[in-house]
Amino acid sequence: MDQLRSTLIRLAYAVMLLLAVLVLNFSMLHLAPGDVVDTIAQSMGGADETVLNQIRADYGLDQPFLVQLGRYVLRVLQFDLGYSFFYNQPVTSLILERLPATLLLVLSAQILALVVGVVLGVFSARRPNGILSHFVTFFALFGYSAPVFWTGILLLIAFSLKIQWFPVAGMQDVTVEGGFFAHALDIARHLVLPMVTLASIFLALYSRLARATMMEVLGSDYVRTAKAKGLTMRDVVYKHALKNALAPVITLAGLQFSAVVSGAVLVETVFSWPGLGTLAFQSIIARDTPTILGILFFSALVVIVGNILTDLALRLVDPRIGGRR
Amino acid sequence: MRHMFKQFLTATAAAALLATSAMADEPKRGGTLVTVITSTPRVLNPAVQSGIATGFPGAQLFASPLRYDDSWTPQPYLAKSWEVSEDGLKVTLHLVENATFHDGQPITSEDVAFSVDVIKEYHPFKSMFAPVTSVDTPDAHTAVINLSKPHPALMLAMSGQLMSIIPKHIYGDGQDPKNHPRNNVDVVGSGPFKLVEFKNGEHIILERYDGFFMEGRPYLDKIVMRIMPDSSARAIALENGELMLAAFEAEPTLIQRLSKVKGLNITNKGYGGIGPIDWLAMNTTRGPLQDKRVRQAIAYAIDKNFILKAILRGTAVEAKTGIHPDSPLYDADVNNYPLDLDKAAALLDEAGFPMKDGKRFDLTLELAPFPGYKPQTEYIKQALSKVGINATIHSSADFPSWAKMMGTLDFDMSLDSVYNWGDPVIGVNRTYMSDNIGKGVWSNTQGYANARVDELLQMAGTENDPEKRKALYKEFQEIVADEVPIYFLNAVPMHTIYSDKVGNPPMGIWGTSSPIDMTYLKD
Repeated sequence: MDQLRSTLIRLAYAVMLLLAVLVLNFSMLHLAPGDVVDTIAQSMGGADETVLNQIRADYGLDQPFLVQLGRYVLRVLQFDLGYSFFYNQPVTSLILERLPATLLLVLSAQILALVVGVVLGVFSARRPNGILSHFVTFFALFGYSAPVFWTGILLLIAFSLKIQWFPVAGMQDVTVEGGFFAHALDIARHLVLPMVTLASIFLALYSRLARATMMEVLGSDYVRTAKAKGLTMRDVVYKHALKNALAPVITLAGLQFSAVVSGAVLVETVFSWPGLGTLAFQSIIARDTPTILGILFFSALVVIVGNILTDLALRLVDPRIGGRR
Repeated sequence: MRHMFKQFLTATAAAALLATSAMADEPKRGGTLVTVITSTPRVLNPAVQSGIATGFPGAQLFASPLRYDDSWTPQPYLAKSWEVSEDGLKVTLHLVENATFHDGQPITSEDVAFSVDVIKEYHPFKSMFAPVTSVDTPDAHTAVINLSKPHPALMLAMSGQLMSIIPKHIYGDGQDPKNHPRNNVDVVGSGPFKLVEFKNGEHIILERYDGFFMEGRPYLDKIVMRIMPDSSARAIALENGELMLAAFEAEPTLIQRLSKVKGLNITNKGYGGIGPIDWLAMNTTRGPLQDKRVRQAIAYAIDKNFILKAILRGTAVEAKTGIHPDSPLYDADVNNYPLDLDKAAALLDEAGFPMKDGKRFDLTLELAPFPGYKPQTEYIKQALSKVGINATIHSSADFPSWAKMMGTLDFDMSLDSVYNWGDPVIGVNRTYMSDNIGKGVWSNTQGYANARVDELLQMAGTENDPEKRKALYKEFQEIVADEVPIYFLNAVPMHTIYSDKVGNPPMGIWGTSSPIDMTYLKD
């Protein structure tokens, strides 16, 4: 019963927080000079003033700020994220159209970064001063410090232009014919470069952390005991040490999930990946308030879900966590 | 894609072998043209939305009464012939008889009258149809446009993406045409291609309309317009053959790089209609810039050749006036203010701004939020410092902030990029007419008022005689060049880049903002 109550309170806090975020951002966007009608005028190559005023009236942008805010909040409370001024479409359908592409990119990049990061970290922890270890350190820091769009363009030049293995942009080639597998393969080919680009930033974090925790774990008493019992190094590392070394990495991955989502904005733009990132980028440029707020809302949801998944994963590697409450 | 690239390679090789006979190539049917647009259009219906993002798909989906070749001569399209009455108050269009919308319904004069009504009421460019009082429809294939005064701009306003004929039986259902649900889905057009799919942020797919009224056209079976905002990605896709044609590429380094790539062709033809010009706008309503001599001094202090050669790397054509250099109305003989620092200094002294401690006065110079404007803006700051004008560069967070500032005349100087949109009445007048001061972005943001200029533009707007009209615009360009509310720099270096595989790329004055029904793919 207590558990249920605390969950409900947390949920209520989350809803309040989300609402506060929306109101705050709505107000901040309103403070900036100019509005979405200016970008609509830009997309039209200029427009007569009467036309612009008509569009403002259509969208209620000629109303006082508090009226606009009130209308928006009322609509959100009815689970309606409103209408995109720029794209002339309901925000919810605009976002749902784009969400799968972003989920695919973000989840696959996160998994790639985690798996490769842990593997590299563990390898280098076994010989902290070996060539491989230095190589991993160099590579990880390089990926971490290089601007993500630069990495993206570099990969494009290497693997789309010089060696033509992967397509340049987009999520699918509409000229590809065939059944489900042909299309899945096509999407996978398009996914590789953006996924690697996005993963490159987080690879460094995960591999460094995995290396550090692994080295710490390898120095602990129970590992020495295991070694003393005559187990091979391989058994010690993979059967005993790895699970314990994983927990901090997974915690970090959960914390980093929101960073992965925001990293997707740049990666999607470079690769014309039709996800929320490109939409966010374009609607920020267009000052399309309902769409920006809608994306914030959905990103918050994605991060919350990501955190829940992290929690579950942590319980898997460390059964003690579930029992704490 | 790789397969396509191999085809492309063989095509290149074949084209090289047959270089001489390539000119005589017969257009052939079939194939998918993969091309690109740089942003998702708001709306696919050009009757309610102008701009280049809507123009490319819009002009394929919808036909207009006229079309233009590359020498500014009107050609029949939906109208097989037309005539203007003696007094210039009646324009009669004789429509082709076999034209149908994509749902098979015939295109009649009723649809033309309806389209004119919608465009007049909802299109962003009010000046196009402002003098239209009514449209008569004596029979199904004759439309008579009645005007309150002669209106030569109507010819260009009836072409390209500007006068799309839309079906009355779809858009005349009482819903607001601006936000009509059929503007983006299930579009029923009148043009050579019909809509298959429009995915926001991803692509627009068009397919040949078999019932198109022009015999044998269009040649392409399909057009895939991918939406790619990133210019580096577009360049790589052009290089590796994923894209066959890209229009509106205006980045000097990119143009320079791609012009060296085998198998790609580059042209700056096809942009005279849209007529984009880069210029330095000056607010003539405040501070030292109120004085014409100060503005002239600024023009003398800027070395336009440095901008053209060093910054734009020779990719752009010089512009001396507010009319695009490609236009027959362009006057290349106006005063051009060659670099002359002594003259600039003398003019500033004369205007009452003597040099004190190496400085005359301060100004702000806005960094307009367009890609690639930074080098020019920084150069101008530096050039002005040589004559003692201390310009501070101020950058805006985004387009709306900058637009607000310009639209309310709350700036000193800014680079800007403004388009002609065909006839001067449509895209040029707005910058100079004194009744359009401070009415939002790309209005008369200079606060420029000259009674003679108002009068000249008014007269030229109603003058049907081409020679007299040209003379009026010549005088207008001379006055503006003398008073320098704007210092004109260059035509925006827009280029169309296309692979050897593409035959008949769009080269008319409207470029890709007109039907590409004659474009085809070589074997």
